[in-house]
Amino acid sequence: MFSFSKFFLASSLEEAYSELLKNKKNIILGGTSYLRMGNTSWNTAIDLSNLKLDYISDEDNFISIGAMTNFRNLETSSLLNRYFGEIFTTALRDIIGVQFRTNVTVGATVFSKYGFSDLVPVLLALDSKVKLFNGGIIDLEKFLNETDIRRDILVEILIPKKVCQTSFQCVRKSKTDYSIINLAICNFDNNITIAVGSRPGKAILAKKTMDLFNKSEDIEKEIVNAMKYIGDEIPLDSNMRGSKSYRELLLAALLRKGIQEVLN
Amino acid sequence: MLLTTTINGRKKEILIKDDDYLLDVLRKEGYLSVKRGCDTGACGLCTVLLNGSPILSCSTLAARAQGKHISTIEHFPLEAKKFASFMTSEGAEQCGFCSPGFTLTVIAMIKELENPTDDEIMHYLNGNLCRCSGYVSQLRAIRNFMEDMKHENC
Repeated sequence: MFSFSKFFLASSLEEAYSELLKNKKNIILGGTSYLRMGNTSWNTAIDLSNLKLDYISDEDNFISIGAMTNFRNLETSSLLNRYFGEIFTTALRDIIGVQFRTNVTVGATVFSKYGFSDLVPVLLALDSKVKLFNGGIIDLEKFLNETDIRRDILVEILIPKKVCQTSFQCVRKSKTDYSIINLAICNFDNNITIAVGSRPGKAILAKKTMDLFNKSEDIEKEIVNAMKYIGDEIPLDSNMRGSKSYRELLLAALLRKGIQEVLN
Repeated sequence: MLLTTTINGRKKEILIKDDDYLLDVLRKEGYLSVKRGCDTGACGLCTVLLNGSPILSCSTLAARAQGKHISTIEHFPLEAKKFASFMTSEGAEQCGFCSPGFTLTVIAMIKELENPTDDEIMHYLNGNLCRCSGYVSQLRAIRNFMEDMKHENC
């Protein structure tokens, strides 16, 4: 069980950030669903609930998602649906239940870089950026590759605004379980991006496989090639949910299914 | 810290620890219809409505209910009684331990979804586990309950 000694309701981001820096054992609270599964005692827990970070808004070049937006709002957002198809709904709808998705926040999921996340590969395939209070705007891919956890606050996620065809594929042992493997594919003007998650490590982009498709005259013809290729490119591993070789088979099969979906 | 909140329509001031979870606070205050199930956010038994939305009280900090409205099953005596009668007439209810959380989620679903299909109902109620029964009789009971509520509202 996790515990903390002081609850701090921040009234501005500046205040939250300066409180965060005061002590190594101070933390920013997200949905607290996973935090409570840990066994750490924290000093001050900083709550961003009052900072109006719960929004999905249509900006000039980006769709901007506030850090405190919950998964249920992403799942049911008609704005996201209009630009990116049903990828958010498909990726999120099987994460436990409505109540759980109402708790879980976008900011905490991305900031914690959970390998099992179904959301992170979707954001990665859509070429998202993260806006950090101190660190400014950086590519999500770069942020995920950092090994150190920053002492910073994730303020919002920025997704380039473009109407694209998308597909989310995953295999779960039962309907609301964690994915054994998942992948998100985006097709914008015949430019394909593919992100693979639950490998079981952090989600990554399948850059060489993307190149294979993007240099080809006929994407559909490359599918069989790419199915062999992606297994060599993406490092997969075994865990309690599935073996490495099972994941290799799944990844190839899901890639074919996903690519066909974004071409239709 | 002092938590000022409204529970089942009544304003309450409760002295809580900063890191208390809502489930513990509610049970300590005597709202024993809020059940402790898995305590990991997976079973839905501890569901309450926070400003009308179903949430897991085992995963929500009590401090986050500051100034908000919490509803437990006691807030809906008529709906709860009626729903229970439809559940028992379908043979869906066995030990009843999951009923408060389940019924609250059904009440929230009826407010949120208009004419849901069976698939939509099942999807909305995923995350409410019942260890005694299958879910087919529960679905029949929900359908009958919704039909009855619809006529009542006419």
